[in-house]
Amino acid sequence: MSTDLFIDHGPAAIIAAALITYCFRFGGLLLADRLPRTGPLRIFLDALPGTILISLVVPSAVHSGWRGVVGVVACLAVYMGTRRLLLTMFSGVLTVYLLRLMS
Amino acid sequence: MTADRQRLVVAAGHLCRHEITESVSAVIHQMVYDAGFARYAGHAWLPTRLLENAEFIMSDSKSIPNVSFSTGMHRGAVANIPLAVSAVTYGGVLGVLSAQKGVTWAEMSAMNVLMFAGSAQFVMVDMWQAPLSVMAVAMAVFIVNLRYLLIGASLQPVFAGHPLWRKALLMHLVVDENWAVTIAEHRKNGTDPYFLFGGGLLLLGAWSSGTLGGNLLGSFISQPEKYALDFAFVAVFAALTLSLWRGRGDGLPWAGAIVLALVSERLLPGKWYIVIGGVGGALVAGVIEYLRLKKR
Repeated sequence: MSTDLFIDHGPAAIIAAALITYCFRFGGLLLADRLPRTGPLRIFLDALPGTILISLVVPSAVHSGWRGVVGVVACLAVYMGTRRLLLTMFSGVLTVYLLRLMS
Repeated sequence: MTADRQRLVVAAGHLCRHEITESVSAVIHQMVYDAGFARYAGHAWLPTRLLENAEFIMSDSKSIPNVSFSTGMHRGAVANIPLAVSAVTYGGVLGVLSAQKGVTWAEMSAMNVLMFAGSAQFVMVDMWQAPLSVMAVAMAVFIVNLRYLLIGASLQPVFAGHPLWRKALLMHLVVDENWAVTIAEHRKNGTDPYFLFGGGLLLLGAWSSGTLGGNLLGSFISQPEKYALDFAFVAVFAALTLSLWRGRGDGLPWAGAIVLALVSERLLPGKWYIVIGGVGGALVAGVIEYLRLKKR
């Protein structure tokens, strides 16, 4: 039973992820006075969320072929026009859906 | 309007740019508007460069140490209702995607309760296929959740005067949403850790029902490609990524991340390209800042 509920190494990965996340939350509170507020390290930390997400998106989009790239461009256009996350997402999916329907 | 006031508002916007839902964004923009900066409130990015000290956010309010547990929890939960609604929607999207990736309800529940972090769960679900590398998952979560260090640090005034065990217990349910609401409330009326925790509990319930409901629903869709649902993942992340764009300064780091990710995806197995692109791109930003400081 339990083997069907989790893939191999799944529980270990979840526990590791949970411990890391908790350590950041609690550790941040404890280290409140010691984190850099300016300087290269701070800039590095601030830049991480954006660079990690772009690294995730671009290879996946390229793997979806030219339709995927067009889908991402559609997301870009809708986001610039509306600034709404859900709408942006649906426009991307709809674009790829229609492109696949046509070919 | 003092310079400090301006700084604290901008700091809140800065820390909140990691937010994943429109409602959090709305809270922040409202905050900025309330503080008398109507001209910034409509902008996608509040001028983050002005940020110097996140703790200014709450330096003008006090923690309330002796408020009752249930009153605080209740107030926090009520204040987070709008965000809980969007957490259900957003969780539903992740739930449907997770079913496509073969993530079980048990795995999803464990992530919800033990980790409880939206963007990191998206990344984990994306990586969820055998053979699973615990190290790669841990590294990715490390990077995606690094911001919680800053979020945790900014909550220091809320916990001022509370014992360590209480800090250790109540910090677990801190996410972007209840953090943003607590900051806003703390500035206005002062608040307490229970307010934060009450909001966290409500969000955990909302997030769990969204993700598990979506997971159940998604397992009934047999041909995800037909509805382009396989692309939904890319589209969600594209939308999130775009919302993180702060301006031209992000250009070089993001370009560096793209190149590194594409190259390392070809050369290395698994999902290491996410870590390499992410760290490499952010290093570009750090090095640029380092060189800029050195020149002066």
